[in-house]
Amino acid sequence: MPSPENKKPKKRIGVFVCHCGKNIAETVDVERVAKTIKEEYPDVVFSTDNHYLCSEPGQKEIQDAIRGKNLESFICACCSPSMHEATFRSLAEKSGLNPYQVEIANIREQCSWVHSDIKEGTEKAIKIVGTKVEKVAENESLTPISVDVNKDCLVIGGGITGIQAALDLADAGYKVTIVERAPYIGGHMAQLSVTFPTLDCSQCILSPKTSAVAHHKNIELITTAEVVNVSGFVGNFSVDIKKTPRYVDSDLCNICGECEKACPVIVPSEYDGGIGPRKAIYLPFAQAVPSTYVLDADNCLGIHPLVCSKCKDVCEQNAINYDMQPEIITRTFGVIIVATGYDLYNINKIPEYAFGPDVDVIDSLQFERMLYVGGPTNGKVLRPSDHKKPETVVFVQCVGSRDPEHHMAYCSKICCTYTGKHAMLMKKKDPNAEVYVFYIDIRAAGRGYEEFIQRAQEMGVVYIRGKPSKIFRDGDKTKLWVANTLTGERLEVEADLVVLAPAIVPSKGTKELANVLKASLDEYGFYKESHMKLRPVESYIQGILIAGVALSPKDIPESVAQGSAAASKAMTILAKPKLEHEPIVATVNSEVCVGCKVCQGLCPYDALSFDNENNVSVVNEVLCEGCGTCVSACPTGALSLKNYSTDQLEKMIKAALRTETT
Amino acid sequence: MPEILNPKPKIVAFFCKWCSSKAADIAGVSRMEYPPNFIPIMTPCSGRVEPEFIFDAFAEGADGVLVAGCHLGECHYVVGNYKTLKRMILVKKLAKEMGIEEERIRVEWIATAEAKKLVTVTNDMVNKLKHLPPCSSKLKGVTQEEKTND
Repeated sequence: MPSPENKKPKKRIGVFVCHCGKNIAETVDVERVAKTIKEEYPDVVFSTDNHYLCSEPGQKEIQDAIRGKNLESFICACCSPSMHEATFRSLAEKSGLNPYQVEIANIREQCSWVHSDIKEGTEKAIKIVGTKVEKVAENESLTPISVDVNKDCLVIGGGITGIQAALDLADAGYKVTIVERAPYIGGHMAQLSVTFPTLDCSQCILSPKTSAVAHHKNIELITTAEVVNVSGFVGNFSVDIKKTPRYVDSDLCNICGECEKACPVIVPSEYDGGIGPRKAIYLPFAQAVPSTYVLDADNCLGIHPLVCSKCKDVCEQNAINYDMQPEIITRTFGVIIVATGYDLYNINKIPEYAFGPDVDVIDSLQFERMLYVGGPTNGKVLRPSDHKKPETVVFVQCVGSRDPEHHMAYCSKICCTYTGKHAMLMKKKDPNAEVYVFYIDIRAAGRGYEEFIQRAQEMGVVYIRGKPSKIFRDGDKTKLWVANTLTGERLEVEADLVVLAPAIVPSKGTKELANVLKASLDEYGFYKESHMKLRPVESYIQGILIAGVALSPKDIPESVAQGSAAASKAMTILAKPKLEHEPIVATVNSEVCVGCKVCQGLCPYDALSFDNENNVSVVNEVLCEGCGTCVSACPTGALSLKNYSTDQLEKMIKAALRTETT
Repeated sequence: MPEILNPKPKIVAFFCKWCSSKAADIAGVSRMEYPPNFIPIMTPCSGRVEPEFIFDAFAEGADGVLVAGCHLGECHYVVGNYKTLKRMILVKKLAKEMGIEEERIRVEWIATAEAKKLVTVTNDMVNKLKHLPPCSSKLKGVTQEEKTND
């Protein structure tokens, strides 16, 4: 143990321990922390506690101490660095210190909030602060490395969220590339009949936006494409986009429709939720953007040579080319916005609801397509089994939602209101139809949503509180067993058509894309924002923004708002002339490096190269991301990571295990 | 019930800045509770944890070391955690030679969202180490020898 008396400080360090009201002080004796640290570490020339360090008076106390005590560096023992590291670093800068002379000791999230015993909490807090004293004592003063910013933005996903983000950015003068997996943009909104609570025609409000995307000089649209690889960092992401061929040249196609007439293959249309047909060469829907045919290679006969070429034979424009190949497009972007949206929960995982075995049990998106005037039934609600008008229609909510034991624990948020819309439209189409809604609770938060549900009830829709236990076919009817949880009655309902409202789940491929982006997902597979309240559209990775249902279930207004929010966040990065790159990078001491090349090949960023002339490794500071993986491998100690040197970490380990001398 | 040989095992936890450290923050925000035996040391990546650090920790009196990084394939720095995995296999082998029980070195992949996993892992580790004697006694000889070689 070093004895404090006979050691002169190497560096004048200040320690400020925050009470955070009672948040820290309840489980950590902050005064004792401040006192012990000063006694134990000779470099600590000043230490104190403060009620709220982040407040103006708190910051002033730090500033005064920096001047009054000639501090060279300081530690704030407070909340997580994700909260106030930036605050205290800029305070340091204002007070004439280098921002890298500040360290945060996280004694709230990682100490006071997770422990209840004040003695143990205090001991742990002292150790945490001790590790940071050892670290800051050796911290170098660093200056951020300045790098160029690529001004282009990538938007992944062309639903309403992505469209809004792209349009906002493009209107502000930035070049935007939208990558969409489907052959058209518009996402799920393009499939809706009308939208709640105004009952606006969905296509009528969406198509001006899709059309604006198609004609905007700053927007490039790449459909039937996916992002397969991302490297680089904020300001300079290098992205590989895999484009699957459409087999139709969009510049030549004049959408005459002859090919579709000639095509002999009929398959269920994904756009119509499988309840309508399409050909193997098709235009997804009239307003589709890009407005061009697409050939579905999985079902087409002609892709396999000489079997069929009927569409090619009738195409006067010669737009069809079976020999198109998938291509990888590599581009650089400054910012990436992820707006990959959702899918519906696979109802086959709920076998007791007979979705599939009973064709008269459909999902809400299929019902939506039935309601659409231009849809497969021309806007008529018909039973799939016999194409007759249903007399009794039953809607079931929370199919897979709010079921933590078996399915998804969360509320899918939009189902209550859209089911209200469906029930209301059903009543409008046929006032004599009996319409029931089975629900757990009605959650219709949003302007005008509760009134909307009440309107549905006034129109004669019967709401019964209860979740069906079983749905099954009985003759030409579908039966539901359900307990009314308000009256306690057991009911058996006979229905002609049952419409299920499945949970909203992350779209297929979210996990794969998240892996490519290195973005975090939550337990259900939705993207995780870097702060739920204060950074709602930022991922943990700088320069990667997330918006819309990719984060959690949302309705259209919220998705649009998040699209705009992401665009504005993107602009805060793209508008900068230069970006600052974290200066915590690896360095080589060429005196010590023996040229063993153990580090070569460890760097995923190609930041390490080898100088053959001098027989030493060289680090490119702009490319180095500062992970330190190469440093850990260096057998001679020639490589070091700035402010995470081996010496520093070893001293931190020592401090973590130190027993108090007093 | 096995005998408790070390009621308060001391553990150094190397947390990756991008995942497990954030998971620990979320555990805090959610007011989960776990044993206070863990002193966190945040590194930019689990790949920055040198094999020597593990032995340093034991030499300084640790009873256990936790190295927590991102799940394989999800490393913020692409492949850092693969290097960690390889290094820690080696560390465990070496440690075994030195008489350090396997339970004392734990490598876990804990994503940002997995605060619950962090709590489970820390509880489990403490429970296991309580039934082992303090590590410091048995290492004295080895580390001194190492030091003289330096």
